[in-house]
Amino acid sequence: MSVALPAVDISRALIRISHEIIEKNSGSDSIVLMGIPTRGAFLAQRLAQKISTIEGHQIPVGTLDITLHRDDLRMNPIRPLVPSLSPTGGIDGRDVILVDDVLFSGRTIRAALDALGDLGRPRSVQLAVLMDRGHRELPIRADYVGKNLPTSRSQVVKVHLTEIDGIDEVVLESEEVK
Amino acid sequence: MMRHLLSASDLSYEQALLILDTAQEMAKVSESSVKKLPTLRGRTIVNLFFEDSTRTRISFEAAAKRLSADVINFSAKGSSVSKGESLKDTAQTLQAMGADAVIIRHGSSGAAKRLADSHWTSGAVINAGDGTHEHPTQALLDAFTIRKHLHVGVGDLRGLTIAIVGDILHSRVARSNVILLSLLGAQVILVAPPTLLPLGVEAWPAQISYDLDSVLPQVDAVMMLRVQQERMADFFFPTAREYSHYFGLNRRRLSSLKSNAIIMHPGPMNRGLEITAEVADSARSVILEQVTNGVSVRMAVLYLLLAGAPSGDIEGSVQV
Amino acid sequence: MTSYLISGGVMSGDQQVDILIANGVVAGVGSAIDATAATRAVKVDAKGCRVLPGFVDLHTHLREPGLEESETVASGSRAAAKGGYTAVSAMANTFPVADTAGVVEQVYRLGKSAGLCDVFPIGAITQGLQGSALAELGAMADSEAKVRMFSDDGNCVSDSVVMRRALEYVKKFNGIIAQHAQDPYLTKDSQMNEGAVSARLGLKGWPSVAEESIIARDVLLAQHVGSRLHVCHVTTAGGVEIIRWAKSRGVNVTAEVTPHHLLLNDERASSYDPIYKVNPPLRTQEDVLALRAGLADGTIDVVATDHAPHPAENKECEWQAASFGMIGLETAFSIVYETMVKSGLLSWDQLADRMSIAPARIAGYESHGQKIAKGAIANITVVDPNRAWKVDRDLVASKSRNTPFHAMKFSGSVIATFFNGAPTVLDTKLVGASHDN
Repeated sequence: MSVALPAVDISRALIRISHEIIEKNSGSDSIVLMGIPTRGAFLAQRLAQKISTIEGHQIPVGTLDITLHRDDLRMNPIRPLVPSLSPTGGIDGRDVILVDDVLFSGRTIRAALDALGDLGRPRSVQLAVLMDRGHRELPIRADYVGKNLPTSRSQVVKVHLTEIDGIDEVVLESEEVK
Repeated sequence: MMRHLLSASDLSYEQALLILDTAQEMAKVSESSVKKLPTLRGRTIVNLFFEDSTRTRISFEAAAKRLSADVINFSAKGSSVSKGESLKDTAQTLQAMGADAVIIRHGSSGAAKRLADSHWTSGAVINAGDGTHEHPTQALLDAFTIRKHLHVGVGDLRGLTIAIVGDILHSRVARSNVILLSLLGAQVILVAPPTLLPLGVEAWPAQISYDLDSVLPQVDAVMMLRVQQERMADFFFPTAREYSHYFGLNRRRLSSLKSNAIIMHPGPMNRGLEITAEVADSARSVILEQVTNGVSVRMAVLYLLLAGAPSGDIEGSVQV
Repeated sequence: MTSYLISGGVMSGDQQVDILIANGVVAGVGSAIDATAATRAVKVDAKGCRVLPGFVDLHTHLREPGLEESETVASGSRAAAKGGYTAVSAMANTFPVADTAGVVEQVYRLGKSAGLCDVFPIGAITQGLQGSALAELGAMADSEAKVRMFSDDGNCVSDSVVMRRALEYVKKFNGIIAQHAQDPYLTKDSQMNEGAVSARLGLKGWPSVAEESIIARDVLLAQHVGSRLHVCHVTTAGGVEIIRWAKSRGVNVTAEVTPHHLLLNDERASSYDPIYKVNPPLRTQEDVLALRAGLADGTIDVVATDHAPHPAENKECEWQAASFGMIGLETAFSIVYETMVKSGLLSWDQLADRMSIAPARIAGYESHGQKIAKGAIANITVVDPNRAWKVDRDLVASKSRNTPFHAMKFSGSVIATFFNGAPTVLDTKLVGASHDN
């Protein structure tokens, strides 16, 4: 196990992403952040707070549980649903920024795009992730990346956040430990 | 999660809450612009109805379709095989068609369990009402409705008192509700003429009363049960008029309820017998909402029984 | 004719004694056995076994004529022999009903030709078991079958006047009326014992009072007209109590209990498996204990099987659609031994009484239930209390497999059965009969 990203780097990455989001969208008037549970939701909250501080007004933030849209449901034990939180003002005509912790095969994001489509019709959808570890199985890329981390398939990337794990850090484990 | 849903007593406290919480999320789907999820795509669900019950069948059908399952409606009533080994034959036919789940409504108590315990089908079995035994999804939707109104949609039903009024003896709704509501911490009072209470009811986790008027002021919800006309022919009570007089919910009785108490009925109603039209259509009545909630609760049950790995747990999760 | 030496078994007390069977009768017992004759005999090792008079069943559904897909007189006789029975009483609810001399003689002859046990037909009390007009009881009594016991079993003779007339009429030939005590109004569409379990399962209840009220009426009628009443398959504590009271008042009443009511209670219905559906229904554990006590103190005179074969399709269905009844000939001894003897409620002599001597006396089967002594007709059953076995419904001799005891383990077995001096079962296996069903 090795620490791929310590707390200070996580914080720095989120600040950078916040600025990139504002820059790319020429401000923050039209943006809505949608976090993918569990850890993506907390990252979205953090980003929304940072952007709000910079911009001086509240950024709408929501959560998007993609469980019901997953394509691997039958391969795993049943997952309890996470309550979804709709952002104030909805997503129609907005620039939605999906937020997740790790980008890997891209299947979660595919499911998230489907789930988003059920909620409404955004003007654009962008993707922010804390870690991009490669091995994409679908034509999906992130617009904002905290850190690119080359990994092997058998390795496991674990994002820990103070909100639920008591600590901020990203660790790389060589194999899943059971 | 368990493999079948045959009785409310199959559920642990945690599982019951999980179903209600899941139903809460499913309700959002029903409210969104696209009322469909791909969750059960490619799964086949059979509505196997040996008894007519359009509302229950439609509710399950809507739930299954919102989760993108393929639905086959099989109405065995009126077909040449009406009883006996037809259950076995029908089940084996459905098995040959590859049913992933069978939702069964049957006039015989225990038919759902019989199907689940047999080797006639390998699919999940959901009891949609078996004789005078149980109707667990009705109890779940009732609990969901009560929780939504009286506990802001969160947690269990502790602190609430719920009256179930009418033909307890023949009611599958009552049996499932007594089990589930008490599991979730509610106090249940059964109100009926002594002839319509089963011998042995003392063993149930519920209080018994013959006097509706004394019960109404203490309850947070009152659930009226349908009284079937043929019960009169079997001398369970003297006349419809006398029944309504003692056990019907009318305007006078409505006024003795607590201000926030709700009125429920599993339907179909006998307006004028167990409930007056005025009460059924009053602001206190959540009867139509029960129908709406039925779809969400059944979506939750289908999701929890069918969406996961067929053989239960597969170890390790894939990072995606 | 081959002679047999049952050696080393115990008849009564704990004395080991040999028994020589020759020419259909008991040729000698113990030291009185002729040594030369003994050496010529086929030896049946009965060490550790009990030697009892052959069992007599007062309540057997053999289904012939009319329902041969469930059972025939021949297949039922095989089941009886395997269960240690040398006589069975064929119930009248066949098609046609055994309500004429012609039908009872047919059943009687079928029993003779099967040759594995005596098959004594029970005649119907009323024509077609309809509960109104009396059947020709006298003609059946005078027939070759010499019917003495009459029953509408399956149906209750609920009409008090009809019951009174039947009880009176059979006095003519010292007959006996065997009543299936079930108030038809209190049990319309009933499915199982009424109580906490039926309330939970939503199955229509079968109140014990429906049985008890008929028993009470019948013992009073029997006393009033001075006739003999036999109460079929008592199942409730209250029923036992009423019979005890009637006997104390000198009423000429006898009663039977089935092995399944001695062993199983109504919790079995929780499975909704109709293998446990039976008429009268399985009752509560309190009733089970009262039945055991009643059989022990003699209030209940006999164990009768109510062996009721049904084809698979009548049980492979939902509870309400299924037929009532279970087979029981082949498991009766093991259950009575387990519930009554092993538990200390009955002695071996009492078991012989309840399963052989008393039923033979009640029904007047003279060649059965006799003391095993020189000159007696050799109807004998050898049982081993220490030979454990597991019931397998696929291995029953009966044509039907509807046993609720499948996969249960019992500690005692029937080892050998002798019918009129010839073995029908040796080393637990049927002999002499063809095995095709």
